[in-house]
Amino acid sequence: MIPKTRLQVMWNRLLAVVEEQGQALIRAAFSPIVRESGDISAGIFDVHGRMLAQAVTGTPGHINTMAEAVKNLMAVFPTDAMNPGDIYMTNDPWLASGHLNDFLLLQPAFHKGRVVGFTSCTSHLADLGGKGMGPEGSDVFDEGLLIPPCKLVAEGELNALLMTIVAANSREPVANEGDIYALIACCETGVARLTGMMEEFSLDTLEALSDYIIDTSRQGTIDAIAEIPKGTYHHKLMVDGYDTPITLQAALTIAEDHILLDFTGTSGCSDKGINVPLNYATAYSVFALRCIIGSDIPNNAGSLEPFIVTGPPGCILNAQAPSPVAMRHSIGQMTPDLVYGCLSQALPDKVPAEGASCLYDVPLRHTPEAARDGGQTFALELVYNGGTGARPTLDGLSATAFPSGVWGSQVEPTEATAPIRITRRELRPDSGGAGQFRGGLGQHIEMVSSSGEDYLVFLSVERIRFPAAGRHGGQPAAKGRIRIGNDGPDLPSKGEFRVPGDTPLILETPGGGGFGDPTTRDASAVQEDVETGLVSPETAEKTYGWEKP
Amino acid sequence: MPENPTLRLAVDIGGTFTDTVLMEGDTVLATTKTPTTPHNPTLGALDGVTHVMADRDWADITGFVHGTTLATNALIERRGARVSTITNDGFRDILEIAYERRYSQYDINLQKPDLIVPRDRAFTIAGRMDVSGSEITPLDESAIPTLATALRDAGTEAIAICLLHAYANPAHEIRMRSLLQAELPGLSISLSHELSPEAREFDRLCTTIANAYIQPLMSDYLSDFAAQFADLGITCPILMMTAGGGMTTLKTAAALPIRLVESGPAGGAILAARVAEEAGETDVLSFDMGGTTAKLCLIDNYRPQTARRFEIARAERFIKGSGMPVRIPVLEMIEIGAGGGSIASADRLGRIQVGPQSAGSEPGPAAFNKGGTHPTVTDADILEGLIEPASFAEGHLQIDIAQSETAMVTHLGNPLDLTARDAAAGISEIVDENMAGAGRMHAVESGKDLSTRTMIAFGGNGPLHATRVARRAGVRRILIPHDPGVGSAVGFLYAPVSFEIVRSRYARLDALDIPGLNAFFTEMKNEAETVVRAGASGPLDRTRSAFMRYHGQGHEIEIPLPDRDLTPDDIETLRAAFEQEYKSQFARAVPGMTIEILNWSIRVASCTENRRDVSRKGAASSPKPARYTTILCDVANAQRNAAIHERKTLKPGAQIPGPALIIEPQTTTYVGADFACEVAPNGTLILTAQEASK
Repeated sequence: MIPKTRLQVMWNRLLAVVEEQGQALIRAAFSPIVRESGDISAGIFDVHGRMLAQAVTGTPGHINTMAEAVKNLMAVFPTDAMNPGDIYMTNDPWLASGHLNDFLLLQPAFHKGRVVGFTSCTSHLADLGGKGMGPEGSDVFDEGLLIPPCKLVAEGELNALLMTIVAANSREPVANEGDIYALIACCETGVARLTGMMEEFSLDTLEALSDYIIDTSRQGTIDAIAEIPKGTYHHKLMVDGYDTPITLQAALTIAEDHILLDFTGTSGCSDKGINVPLNYATAYSVFALRCIIGSDIPNNAGSLEPFIVTGPPGCILNAQAPSPVAMRHSIGQMTPDLVYGCLSQALPDKVPAEGASCLYDVPLRHTPEAARDGGQTFALELVYNGGTGARPTLDGLSATAFPSGVWGSQVEPTEATAPIRITRRELRPDSGGAGQFRGGLGQHIEMVSSSGEDYLVFLSVERIRFPAAGRHGGQPAAKGRIRIGNDGPDLPSKGEFRVPGDTPLILETPGGGGFGDPTTRDASAVQEDVETGLVSPETAEKTYGWEKP
Repeated sequence: MPENPTLRLAVDIGGTFTDTVLMEGDTVLATTKTPTTPHNPTLGALDGVTHVMADRDWADITGFVHGTTLATNALIERRGARVSTITNDGFRDILEIAYERRYSQYDINLQKPDLIVPRDRAFTIAGRMDVSGSEITPLDESAIPTLATALRDAGTEAIAICLLHAYANPAHEIRMRSLLQAELPGLSISLSHELSPEAREFDRLCTTIANAYIQPLMSDYLSDFAAQFADLGITCPILMMTAGGGMTTLKTAAALPIRLVESGPAGGAILAARVAEEAGETDVLSFDMGGTTAKLCLIDNYRPQTARRFEIARAERFIKGSGMPVRIPVLEMIEIGAGGGSIASADRLGRIQVGPQSAGSEPGPAAFNKGGTHPTVTDADILEGLIEPASFAEGHLQIDIAQSETAMVTHLGNPLDLTARDAAAGISEIVDENMAGAGRMHAVESGKDLSTRTMIAFGGNGPLHATRVARRAGVRRILIPHDPGVGSAVGFLYAPVSFEIVRSRYARLDALDIPGLNAFFTEMKNEAETVVRAGASGPLDRTRSAFMRYHGQGHEIEIPLPDRDLTPDDIETLRAAFEQEYKSQFARAVPGMTIEILNWSIRVASCTENRRDVSRKGAASSPKPARYTTILCDVANAQRNAAIHERKTLKPGAQIPGPALIIEPQTTTYVGADFACEVAPNGTLILTAQEASK
């Protein structure tokens, strides 16, 4: 029998290996969203396809999508037909990670002539043709190239035709090729490290280690669930949608040894590419739950098993093929607020208020005629965030990503790479929801064309119609607001717009909701908010009962 | 060789002790450790220097290098000046907005680091440069008097000015300084383009703030330090050790004190680089394990790896991204919370966790019997028989094994159902795995492999854990230098006088403006040489680099440039060099992809000579152990007999098979059962992994 501390050392080793794989993949990636948000994943699996370790990367969107994807691929390719050096691949949104840009690779690890486990990794590729990254596709076929499960590498030999097809169907062929090579290298590193560890610790199989990791993690998670009051908690959340509002609805059942989340009651799919496959809705929902329930336990088959997520097929959180899904993150990122609406009824002292949640990811591009007439062409993807919801004992964070883990764009590098000048980027006073603990503030951003040419902006954001709500007496935050020119009309949250070369584009990101009754806020905290200008004297007087000293 | 004595002095003021080393040529004449005197650190230094100088003539001192944690401590303990910032109109919140990110994905209740300047001391002024350095809006000079009043009313003691694109055109920053100096004479003003002329406004602002925060304090300290030593007859210039592993003049240090932070650990890496050069080891991992933390540094071709960014004031000490970024040239090190005093505990999943909490030296490990009740890494080593109680700390500290055992049983044995011995073995395995894992991760982040490297281990606990960490990292060869317990101060004396400038200038490789670039480099070269010339008269080495990447990638690779003006022919050479380096880091290059360059750097340093040790190997011998002891062997996971040797009795050529303990005053080298030790001609211990010795 292997001593427990030895098993723990090996567990630590696997966790270190997936982090190494993740870092290597981010460093080699070409897609800006990978660079800014670490939109990748890497994991190690046992011979049964049970996930043993997964890298903690920038976005929660891969959390259990990867665990499920590996099972999907194993169902297509029987293990006993695999050879050393084989690598499998797919970007099917319903098998991999929710939209075509995410490519998943899987490689069996051979040790002493037998398959002992697998490594897998996912990365966001820059462009797959079709209508590109935007909500305008009317089905998944509009959105670009779909590669069904296939063998990318056979016994070390790359399928050149497949690579040619991926390149031929992309506006960024060189970058795509580079990203696929990076994924291959990532898989190979994982396999080498896994078998190297088995060599070092004289293991023939991973069975004992895998049972230890999964049993320990499952039990730890069940113990954490046991501390939550049992029952079924319901919540409904309205979100902007494309042109008509959408209802997200959930019932969260806390049982003895598991948690069941059911999306029944949620609106049907949209005609536009904002629909969410269930694997992706599950990833964000379970992420939100795990932030509060057993957050110290690493992601693996054991810690994820007690979380069960269902939804009626065809609702917008369980979109079926061939629904368009390119921008599934806009609604997907709202699911934590939906889930927290349920969970806060069970754990009122643990769950934060609603936040801006959906990131303000703003792709800018040259106009079609600029490309045609030899003007300056460019493509820029700016990333901004609003405020997070106030926490039960702390204010929310201003201009900070949650649930995603993206990095915001800095002004100087932005201006170096595209004909855009940022003329203002400051916090929005009074945008945080009032409360005993105040919600985080959104930001006010203005930009102009530095060449004087018009350009296009592609919006797929949220909280333009519906603000982040407060909790337990906390007030709602300011909504987001987007317009072209100071006096221009407010734009909707989604769509494609043309910005004249002489007019500023103004983005105001939403704030986070407040927590608790604002009149109970500590007087010195209100005073500080006024002195630092985060809250105006008028609001302080009206909402917090502040008096000018 | 000169006839007159040429004494060289190094003073390293740490948090607890001040180390002083006196050398003549390559010979260490005297060393001493004196208590640091925090209220006036110069006093402790004077004590140390007086002691090592004995009755020598202070006028014979021809070199004096000083390093201090004062700057670092002022930042950690928040003892700096009251700083106000000035940024462009519309950009008051660069500091608060930062990168818009949480450093810990699952932590709902995380708190961001305190970035020194609150929003009510963040001021703005109209005026704007564009990315190429052209003025779009002139500086609003009419606003200066009002601004000066506001700064004064805010109680400002130091100003940090950071304007957009100041790296491309600093005119507005420079003009602001002269206008504000006239309004507010005597106030310390730090300008972003002088501290870090690189794009990315948040990092540059943070660097400027950190400098402004410690500038008044450090400038007073340095002039006082110099004056006191001058009074006692020191005539040579005093040079300051920097984080980048070079030395700089007092004048530069007083203007840019942020470059002095973390200079102590840099000294350790310089020492390791020197040991590597003597041994001809080109691929090295330095491993410095002390009481609280372990520091790892990659050293290629005798040069410690460098970086341009590190973090201070972290909200969570060992979590990357939780602190304030500072962009200065530094020796790239990873520091993890693993030392002799690191405390072990059982988590709720029944796993052993070690660190980052440390028992430090007060109360220290349970075995010290000074009130520590938690089991530590040192307690585990004691129970495994790897520390001989009688010889620990030269017998100054009483080791109480029973206390170690009680702590082990109470906190780990009982909750996890383990014997004290198994718990001890568990702690060692976990902490060694943590260090090896951090090292592998660090290597991966630099696109390097650990397993082909030689480890150079020092610090109080480095030699004790070296073979155990090496095995887990796949490292097969380890060097333990002499006096491994006092590395940094000796390292200072091997550092060159140097200055490095990194400046942003965006360019695509296929559209390089060669004449413009050459003029840009000449300016940087003159600036750096002026600084170095103030402290060094001999020949100078220059190293130029370009930081290149494929368009669209976020990670840049440093590519060396020739030390001359570039010509159009160089473009293809650079492309080839980039692709080759890219290939070595990422397996495959990406032909056809645009290559872009963001930053350019030049480092000017005084020349150092080749230090390869060519003395002859000693005759092989098998020394007789001083005695034997019983240890818990980590390879066999069973009790075994191990030989004990006194290091001072070992002759070059001596060969010692593992398991063995080699004892010296400040530390013990543990030769694991799967390693063997040989003593090199210069006294370095060389530990080599043995094939299949299990």
